[in-house]
Amino acid sequence: MIGETVISVLIVSSIGAALAAVLVVSEHFIANYGECKISINEERDLTVTGGGNLLSLLTTEKIFIPSACGGRGTCGLCKLKVLDGAGTILPTEEPYLSKEERAANVRLSCQIKVKNDLRIQIPKELLSIREYVTRCTKIEDLTHDIKLFRLQLVEPATMDYIPGQYVQLLTPAYDKSPLEVYRAYSIASDPADKGIIDLIIRLVPNGICTTYCFNYLKEGDEVKINGPYGEFRLSTTDAPVVFIAGGSGMAPIKCILHDMKNTGNRREGVYFFGANVVQEMFHLDLMRQFEAELPSFRFVPVVAKPAEGETWDGQTGLVTQAVQRGVKNGALCEAYLCGSPGMIDASIKVLQDLGVTNDRIFYDKFA
Amino acid sequence: MNLSAEIQQSFIVFIAAIFTQNILLAYFLGLCPFIGVSREIKAAFGLGLAVIFVLTCTTLLNWVAYHYVLVPLHLEFFRFILFIIIIAAFVQFVEMAVERYSPFLYQQLGVFLPLITVNCAIFGAALFMVIREYTFIVTIGYALGSGLGWFLAIMAMAGIRQKLANDRIPRGLQGPGITLILAGLMALAFIGFAGVLQGR
Repeated sequence: MIGETVISVLIVSSIGAALAAVLVVSEHFIANYGECKISINEERDLTVTGGGNLLSLLTTEKIFIPSACGGRGTCGLCKLKVLDGAGTILPTEEPYLSKEERAANVRLSCQIKVKNDLRIQIPKELLSIREYVTRCTKIEDLTHDIKLFRLQLVEPATMDYIPGQYVQLLTPAYDKSPLEVYRAYSIASDPADKGIIDLIIRLVPNGICTTYCFNYLKEGDEVKINGPYGEFRLSTTDAPVVFIAGGSGMAPIKCILHDMKNTGNRREGVYFFGANVVQEMFHLDLMRQFEAELPSFRFVPVVAKPAEGETWDGQTGLVTQAVQRGVKNGALCEAYLCGSPGMIDASIKVLQDLGVTNDRIFYDKFA
Repeated sequence: MNLSAEIQQSFIVFIAAIFTQNILLAYFLGLCPFIGVSREIKAAFGLGLAVIFVLTCTTLLNWVAYHYVLVPLHLEFFRFILFIIIIAAFVQFVEMAVERYSPFLYQQLGVFLPLITVNCAIFGAALFMVIREYTFIVTIGYALGSGLGWFLAIMAMAGIRQKLANDRIPRGLQGPGITLILAGLMALAFIGFAGVLQGR
């Protein structure tokens, strides 16, 4: 009986193995496209082994193209201009490309197989996306569940980013999670020092990355990040600015405020910072300093309901109510929001009522 | 059974597989790509052709593997695993070859091939041909008919959905909801063919 079982398992396994062998051999002869040259922006040539898709080949060459779905053709983020060598648009790409994009040779890089030499164009800012090795030099408690993590860049030693952008932090496999995962955090540091990346992180109960950062990461540890990513940034107009962000959503706003100070930006600005209790407030001194140093900037901290025994002389209530009271010239303003989806949706409603048009509301939603 | 009787039987099975025993509308196999890729006729056409091709080839391959490998070794109970391996390997191989040698075909069909590996209609057809004890010649008719039946069903569905695209469908029914209702109505319509061929 056991003998029969073993033999039958062996027979079926060997059929499977034979088929796999046929596939491997045929892949070697049929799917062997040799070496292909990818010319990027007419500036740089990569020589790669053909056969893989463009997105993953670029990733192995340390050129990071944003992609949320991991190359399955479902997010439509990994768009690139392919000028030569990609053939016609595939049915899998069609749903994600507009008429203008098709005319401009935009393609989904995860769907393009590299079978011959290619000429592609990658936006400059994406070329600066790469992996950075950093060292965590400071971990500071901001509130009971928010910490600031200071990362000193090691290799490369500086990062060119636009204030408002975010990086992805690599959480290595540890005993709560067997897989490496990436999580996105906005850069909160002063962009004057390109060698330091500060992240403001709130502990998410059972969050893989935040648990790692809060309970496992120690000062002096090595941390890998990649970036910078994101379109969230201050416009170049001179419209008055309304910032709304609570908790760790302060990160990109803080970075933008540092940058406004560094560049002598004279735009009128007001920052509404909401918290439930006084204990959850942080960086108040820094914001007061911005008020003093920026020509027309106001900081409006709002506490929903001070807890027993807390003294609070600022505004109380919901942050959206404070916005309603405090913004008088809505039709002229641009709004920049960062925080949870609920808070952003509520703020957008209030801003629309105040006359801020949709094309002037920019936000960075925590997903 | 002599050859001409077999061919006649094969033809009857072929017609039955298209209409009365349509693998999609009578057995509801291969429903996921049927709903996913039936939004427009062009894509449905490509997927439908790919299903005809893969279903016919793999069912015949599986017939040979079943009758010349599993039956002599008394390993019939292994057919599930073996059929799946053969289907997966065949699809991989075809995709590789098409991509290399025919960019045009790859453009039309190639992208749908990986979708088909996991299409239960393909696997279902292989199992039915065993359960119903079809001979090789009858299996040819059965496999071609099943593929063609699936093709017809998805083309009809894509046509209906293109017409529906601009209609006002209640929000809760949009997408898969209305598609499943349509599939049910089409299945009812196909039952109408049942009287044409009986007992096959």
